[in-house]
Amino acid sequence: MKSHRILEGKICLVTGTNRGIGQSIVERYAEEGAIVFANARKEGSIDEWAQTCSEKYNTTVIPLYFDITDAVACKEAILKIKADYGRIDVLVNNAGMVTYELLPMIDFNQLRTMFDINVIAMIQLVQLASRVMSRQKSGSIINMSSIVGVQGVKGQLGYSATKGAVISLTKSAAKELIEHNIRVNAIAPGMVGTERFTQVFEEKFKDKITNIGIGRLAEPNEIANVCVFLASDLSTYVTGQIIGVDGSTSF
Amino acid sequence: MSVLENYNTVFSSVFNVDVSVLSDDFSSTSVDNWDSITQLSLVTAMEDAFDIMLDPEDILNFKSYAVGKEIVAKYGVTF
Repeated sequence: MKSHRILEGKICLVTGTNRGIGQSIVERYAEEGAIVFANARKEGSIDEWAQTCSEKYNTTVIPLYFDITDAVACKEAILKIKADYGRIDVLVNNAGMVTYELLPMIDFNQLRTMFDINVIAMIQLVQLASRVMSRQKSGSIINMSSIVGVQGVKGQLGYSATKGAVISLTKSAAKELIEHNIRVNAIAPGMVGTERFTQVFEEKFKDKITNIGIGRLAEPNEIANVCVFLASDLSTYVTGQIIGVDGSTSF
Repeated sequence: MSVLENYNTVFSSVFNVDVSVLSDDFSSTSVDNWDSITQLSLVTAMEDAFDIMLDPEDILNFKSYAVGKEIVAKYGVTF
């Protein structure tokens, strides 16, 4: 896809960028000229890739290592971006955890951890970033939900509950923050052919291909492209929306 | 401007009062228009004035002129 540098100069933070959709989002943002803070947990794990992205796309991709469930670390990360660039234009809450189990098999400790990662940490980052964005009177926040948060699915009650929470928190945040010209939207991907999911798909869900109208898994880039749109000034009147990117999937 | 003058100016501006009325008794219980919206405005203005970022529990507890000083001091602002 030809780049039009539509995010030139925008300061973006993307969480969960060590692989999959997060990695694609960073690459597309960099390709469009954004300055990207790419979050990962493991110190040093994305240094080389970030450097490559910076050179390839003639911009700056900065690794930012922190655990999104660590409130102090989140605050330090936001303050670092503010100190370095004075603003945050875009926050993409992409980091997440996924489990697959039938209702009787739900492990409640694991469920609490998943809510901490997928919901509580997201609220924390929305809170912190919006405090910076409200001063600049602009910003775009993009939260990663899922088609299972919209439709529900057999065998993923816990995960779908967290992604349903993402939808409601997105709608409420959009209502509260629009007075500061901060837009908040969510993306609800269907089945995406990341390395991680492709393996799960081959093992467990191969027969589910018939559920996907378009007949194939999504490419991570196809999710990232919608993130580009929501981060850009092409979507200045879009807020509080849950955008399905699912190739007409139904469960 | 001294730190105290800066602190007082923020209060004076947010509550639209003269600096002379500010005292340790100036609080959410004694001031009519001290609601959650005003409290957020106060905190935001305080953060901008001192270039700090308060934690959520400090935002919640910022309910008086006196307590506010203690909170701001936690972030390295010395009166």
